[in-house]
Amino acid sequence: MSFSNPTRRGLIKTGAVASAGLALPTYLRADGHSGFTNAPTGSTVTLGFNVPQTGPYAEEGLDELRAQELAVQHLNGEGDGGMMNTFSSKALKGNGILGKKVEFVTGDTQTKSDAARASAKAMIEKDGAVMINGGSSSGVAVAVQGLCQEAGVIFMAGLTHSNDTTGKDKKANGFRHFFNGYMSAAALAPVLNNAYGSDRKAYHLTADYTWGWTQQESIAAATEAMGWETVNNVLTPLASTDFSSYIAPVLNSGADVLVLNHYGGNMVNSLTNAVQFDLLNKEVNGKKFEIVVPLYSELMAAGAGKNVEGVIGSMNWNWQLQDEGSKAFVKSFGEKYGRPPSNSAHTCYVQTLLYADAVERAGTFNPCGVVEALEDFEFDGLGNGPVLYRGDDHQCFKDVLVMKGKENPSNEYDTLEIVEVTPRAQVEYAPDHPMFAGGQLGSCNPGA
Amino acid sequence: MDAILLQFLNGLDKGSAYALIALGLTLIFGTLGVVNFAHGALFMIGAFCSVTLQRILTLSSETLSETEKDFLGNPLKIKTPYVENWFGPEVGGAIIDWAVPLAILLAIPVMLLIGFIMERGLIKHFYKRPHADQILVTFGLAIVLQEVIKYFYGANPIPTPAPSAFVGSFDFGPLLGLDTSLAYPYWRLVYFGFSALIIGAVFAFLQFTTFGMVVRAGMADRETVGLLGIDIDRRFTIMFGIAAAVAGLAGVMYAPINSPNYHMGMDFLVLSFVVVVVGGMGSLPGAVLAGFMLGILESLASMNEVKNILPGIDQIIIYVVAIIILLTRPRGLMGRKGVMEE
Repeated sequence: MSFSNPTRRGLIKTGAVASAGLALPTYLRADGHSGFTNAPTGSTVTLGFNVPQTGPYAEEGLDELRAQELAVQHLNGEGDGGMMNTFSSKALKGNGILGKKVEFVTGDTQTKSDAARASAKAMIEKDGAVMINGGSSSGVAVAVQGLCQEAGVIFMAGLTHSNDTTGKDKKANGFRHFFNGYMSAAALAPVLNNAYGSDRKAYHLTADYTWGWTQQESIAAATEAMGWETVNNVLTPLASTDFSSYIAPVLNSGADVLVLNHYGGNMVNSLTNAVQFDLLNKEVNGKKFEIVVPLYSELMAAGAGKNVEGVIGSMNWNWQLQDEGSKAFVKSFGEKYGRPPSNSAHTCYVQTLLYADAVERAGTFNPCGVVEALEDFEFDGLGNGPVLYRGDDHQCFKDVLVMKGKENPSNEYDTLEIVEVTPRAQVEYAPDHPMFAGGQLGSCNPGA
Repeated sequence: MDAILLQFLNGLDKGSAYALIALGLTLIFGTLGVVNFAHGALFMIGAFCSVTLQRILTLSSETLSETEKDFLGNPLKIKTPYVENWFGPEVGGAIIDWAVPLAILLAIPVMLLIGFIMERGLIKHFYKRPHADQILVTFGLAIVLQEVIKYFYGANPIPTPAPSAFVGSFDFGPLLGLDTSLAYPYWRLVYFGFSALIIGAVFAFLQFTTFGMVVRAGMADRETVGLLGIDIDRRFTIMFGIAAAVAGLAGVMYAPINSPNYHMGMDFLVLSFVVVVVGGMGSLPGAVLAGFMLGILESLASMNEVKNILPGIDQIIIYVVAIIILLTRPRGLMGRKGVMEE
């Protein structure tokens, strides 16, 4: 048998097989033609909702999930449309995104960076998610944002309040609708000044990770600027459950204000412990002792019960707002789930709509098109008045709420009251502000 | 000085919780030879007995308000607890207010029952299996119990206040002749007293009753006691129920200190095992001694003055002490010869 005697027919056959073989990988990777990761090719598009479903922030995550599911329904033209009816952009038609029906997959971040990255990775690589939305905890947000930048998908950060998310850790593929520590401090300082005066000594307990550090830095800077003295700042491990050892030294520290830079279960426990030690009934330096919780949520307030009464803090949004967008969302969410939405639910709902709207306006799912459509986008009708998505750092700027624990709640949801709606101009800062320095936004990565 | 005293009190309190959980763990290990990683979950279930009773006592009739609106603008449902309808606002209100101490009455039968079911339904099948198998199966059980609680009660902490008579703090300062305040929460003092009572009751039960004497004999030599015609297995099952009840009662009274949540058992579990090992596997006095010792050390290590010299020491002090003790006394502080050495 000889292999060195080619015939015309044999040559044609071999050529056909070789051509098919070379073409096959290209056929199997049809998305390669589109030039970006997970380009949707069928009649559906998949979004990835990555939220804590277990661990200390699980209740926040489950509320985020409810809101994201509602947003998907509205995008697909089901239900009453919610905020799509009040959104100033009219690009969304209720027929999915770019005519593709919206589907979603979920992941459990467990409020752990490695678990959050693993679940986001699975949603991108196995489920073909074109966007990741959600999270609770800035540590998780920073980790997942980095992953999405590398993978070439858009990350819409959910509940993350660290300055670093859109500061030193900002990424071109990442966007944040939620406010941050600096904005909380800017909104809170004047209210604290009016309520407690300018001559105060503050003792800070701070969760020992990126969010706690930057919030503490922001609150300390803002309160010191109005005359307060920071007596001490004690870092507490995220895994702490009993804060009594940290509360006890406050009593004889000379401080007359305790600032709890804690969130979720940590805040519930530290505030409960502080109230057990009777701090709110103490008089120090001739003044009534006060507690401040810079970042509030309705779910935390419910967990802390009566302990939040009279305690001041800030929020991104609250269901009691009376603008048309907020009312439409509360009605839609309330009728579906029988409870008012939390502010983490609101931010995740809004971000799902904002992403879909940006895709519609860009006319493509390509992340670079979406980035361009979201940068410096101004909109209204989604709560908090007119909002700007700043192109320099992908941070949203809008009004910030200052809240107070209600003294006589009339029902289980009536835990907080709005003290002040701080205008957007009062909480804005320059993109090169020192608290947000370092890191580069870089350029968008379409992946693939 | 007053700061040290305050942290000492705090340590006694933390130590109370550690000691109660470690006591139950040791009872189970000493009698059945089982390493029970589900013991933290039993503590958590105890705390949720408080939550459950609070919810039962606040079951309410609903009437629609004509003037107030709910968050959707519909007439607000005004809730009035049935106990207030039945006993009047004052007595009914007081019953609701005392939900946590009253939950002890609910927790005892519930925890005994859970203990018996656990032991007869699952644990007994693992008596002769390696400790690694026991750890795996009980850890799995802990996760199942945790998820069941999460399914029914949600993931958010649930406020479970102490009776209003115990709100606030007691100032030890004047009592000790100090110029400064040395305030410590009433309920934490109650918790310490309650723990001392439970620990004393368990020791008295084992020391001064015939049942306890047989159990102690069985712990020393199970086979010989069995040869005397005594059904030692039945007694050990009862001891498992008692150990579950001790963990449950520790959880019931702990509920006002930190609002119960579904993963609170896991938060205590690892520390409690360290306590048991430091105290000496199988030694009841060792578990109690180590619980209080480590609780106090942990509290003292979290003082700012200490952390300024040794940053982060509060997070590792228990493990550092455990290493030192196990290097110098491999059987722990009061460990018995032979335990874990076969």
